Amino acid sequence: MDIQSCVEVRNEWDIVSARQLGRNMAKELGFGNVDQARITTAISELARNIYLYAGRGKICIEPIDQLGKKGLRIIALDNGPGIREIRKVMEDGYTTSGGLGAGLPGVKRLMDEFSIESTVDVGTEISATKWLR
Amino acid sequence: MQGKLDNLIVQMINENQETLKNNWLNEVNIFKEKELAGAITTLKLSEEIDQQFFELLIKHINYHDISKDGTLDQFFDQVLHTGLPLRYLTQGLQAARRVILNLLVETESDKEKLAAVYREIDRWLDPILNRVVENSSQIWERTVSIQKTALLELSAPLIPVFQNISVMPLIGSIDTERAKLIMENLLNGVIKYRSEVVLIDITGVPVVDTMVAHHIIQAADAVRLLGSTCILVGIRPEIAQTIVSLGIDLSQFPTKSTLQKGMENALEITNQQLISNK
Repeated sequence: MDIQSCVEVRNEWDIVSARQLGRNMAKELGFGNVDQARITTAISELARNIYLYAGRGKICIEPIDQLGKKGLRIIALDNGPGIREIRKVMEDGYTTSGGLGAGLPGVKRLMDEFSIESTVDVGTEISATKWLR
Repeated sequence: MQGKLDNLIVQMINENQETLKNNWLNEVNIFKEKELAGAITTLKLSEEIDQQFFELLIKHINYHDISKDGTLDQFFDQVLHTGLPLRYLTQGLQAARRVILNLLVETESDKEKLAAVYREIDRWLDPILNRVVENSSQIWERTVSIQKTALLELSAPLIPVFQNISVMPLIGSIDTERAKLIMENLLNGVIKYRSEVVLIDITGVPVVDTMVAHHIIQAADAVRLLGSTCILVGIRPEIAQTIVSLGIDLSQFPTKSTLQKGMENALEITNQQLISNK
């Protein structure tokens, strides 16, 4: 597997640097303008969730190559409070912070593959993949 | 006792100035080659600065006081302002400690006296080191806070363009602090300029995620409560696609692709027309 790049997320400015890293890697892999915007937006949502709910964590981005099929994977890791009701947070409009409640379901729609694992009081790991077409 | 020892050290340092200087210059040169190689600043690291650095140190050993006449502080300021790395100063001071101690260790064999010498040197050098680090962090803090205010000043201006029409161009990432400022400026400006229509231009916003969208929706809502209309313009095609994917509903207020189209719309709403003067 290729080299993974990570950005620690502790404040709002780290969200910007995570986004920048994602945009650069997406550009390098040859993603088009629209997919670049999708990937950076997804990173922005995931990083903001870490900042808002867990306080700190990290965003890792890695290029993937499965039998010639190329893509980019975003992994969001934190040791925060975890998500109690995963089914609910994947519903549109569900929010605990007064936001739009479109973050996680939005990321799922922006990307091609999406998985979420979360244990209460242990942390959350979200991984999302976009394939290069 | 201590004062006497101190004088002895000073005397020894003064007597061996040349050796110390050469040893020190050697150490500093090794550091410069290893650490600063490739840096653009290397050019500025002239021998002159090295000489000046060491002479000042010796001078201050004779003073027994680092803050006396402030020449050392001035020198540090000058070095940091020319863009030399802080490492140059801290390494230089540490090298000075090393060469002086080496010299003293060679000439002194009594363990008790040596320990006293170590303490003495530390007492002399540590405040200088602290001073250097303090100075440089102050310089940085000042720079950061100046830039922060400068950034906030050009953060979210509301510009009256025609009668009852204002434009707010947004450029760069939007964080919570800026979002608050946008809201304030927008509402204050709407009252101040009696704007009927406000155009928010997001051409320069790199990413529109749910948070940014949420703030824009709130701002537009608040403008609506004041009886004015908010038009969102400058939505690039890729942004339009991500907004749709995210499932954000922007149907409560008009949106246009470009500022020009938004302006035409705004003129229509305010019953104004641009007439060419032929």
